[in-house]
Amino acid sequence: MIGALILRDARRGFTGGAWLPIAFFLLIAMLVPFAIGPDAQLLNRIGPGAMWIAALTAALLPIERLIEPDRADGTLDQLALHGMAEEVIAVAKIAAHWLTFAPPLMLAALPAASLLGLDRAAFAGALVSLWIGMPGLAALAVAVAALTAGLPRAGALAGLLLLPLAVPLLIFGASVSGGGGGNSALLLEAAVSIPLLAGAPFVTAAAIRAART
Amino acid sequence: MSALLRFDGVALTRGGRLLFEDLHLALGPGERLQVAGPNGCGKSSLIRLAAGLLREHGGRIERTKLALADDGLALDRELPLRRALMFWKSPVEPAMDALGLAHLADVPVRLLSAGQAKRATLARVAASGAPLWLLDEPLNALDTDGADRLGRLIAAHLASGGAVLTASHQPLPGEWPRVELGR
Repeated sequence: MIGALILRDARRGFTGGAWLPIAFFLLIAMLVPFAIGPDAQLLNRIGPGAMWIAALTAALLPIERLIEPDRADGTLDQLALHGMAEEVIAVAKIAAHWLTFAPPLMLAALPAASLLGLDRAAFAGALVSLWIGMPGLAALAVAVAALTAGLPRAGALAGLLLLPLAVPLLIFGASVSGGGGGNSALLLEAAVSIPLLAGAPFVTAAAIRAART
Repeated sequence: MSALLRFDGVALTRGGRLLFEDLHLALGPGERLQVAGPNGCGKSSLIRLAAGLLREHGGRIERTKLALADDGLALDRELPLRRALMFWKSPVEPAMDALGLAHLADVPVRLLSAGQAKRATLARVAASGAPLWLLDEPLNALDTDGADRLGRLIAAHLASGGAVLTASHQPLPGEWPRVELGR
């Protein structure tokens, strides 16, 4: 059943606007050179950080469709009646969200890097740091989606919840390629991403149970 | 006799308000029960309690494997009806036939009318193979043909040793023992 749920959610993601956050990501990457000006050296220096900010804001867009539709139409209830623990549902949701978000974003990082004028080393660093950070970011997005499901103005609330919690990812992710630190920043980023990934299913499950009325 | 559903002195509070307490009921194979009462008396909450989706505030509940049909459609709106139902259980064709949905098999769920959607949730329950059916307001939005089909499905389910608990403020086809709430 968990495989079926991942497949279903991934299909719903890809047919239901998975490209929107990606387009948003590219758009922000495009705005940076407009705002900063065409100074190649400066852009190369701030590029990885700008890419991370773009990724974080893009991660906000899909939040409202991750949990709320399934809560509202009773799918979460029916899954529970089929004997699926909320934690397992959460793992499936995280996996499906990662599938629909991370690979397309990694692809979009290519044109984003050229928009930002990143050199090869900065680009490689940005790619690796996004790759390491994405599982944690996907898990965080699902947990925040569950926490805000069914609330009025859930989208704005989700932004206020997710962005501060993603700050450690941003700090270490951006410093992998931005300022020095290379390897140790990468390890620290993984040390943020992995606990997020490990903890999010339990937060999500508790939020799903608490939202039941 | 082993009950498929048993409430033992169950109490339920919602939002600090006591909806009912010391409720006893038991449903064995072949038995049916209608929960009746005015709006807001806790009929739907009792169904969700029986399903295990709400926690009882006191007492004990035993239940077997069950299927629930309530207001939640829980079907993928973009998929054709048969594929959407098959996410939950297959085969679904006998249940779809029984509810007169066969001709809608390839119609996307989002195009179904309210009555057709209700039939679809009932078809999921009928296809589930669970011995205990929980039906929350099963007659809502159903036309007379739908109600007749539901009556026949329930009769067949009871004859095969199942049990049905429904919450409804309308009279159901057939003879139903009743529990009155909110009095």
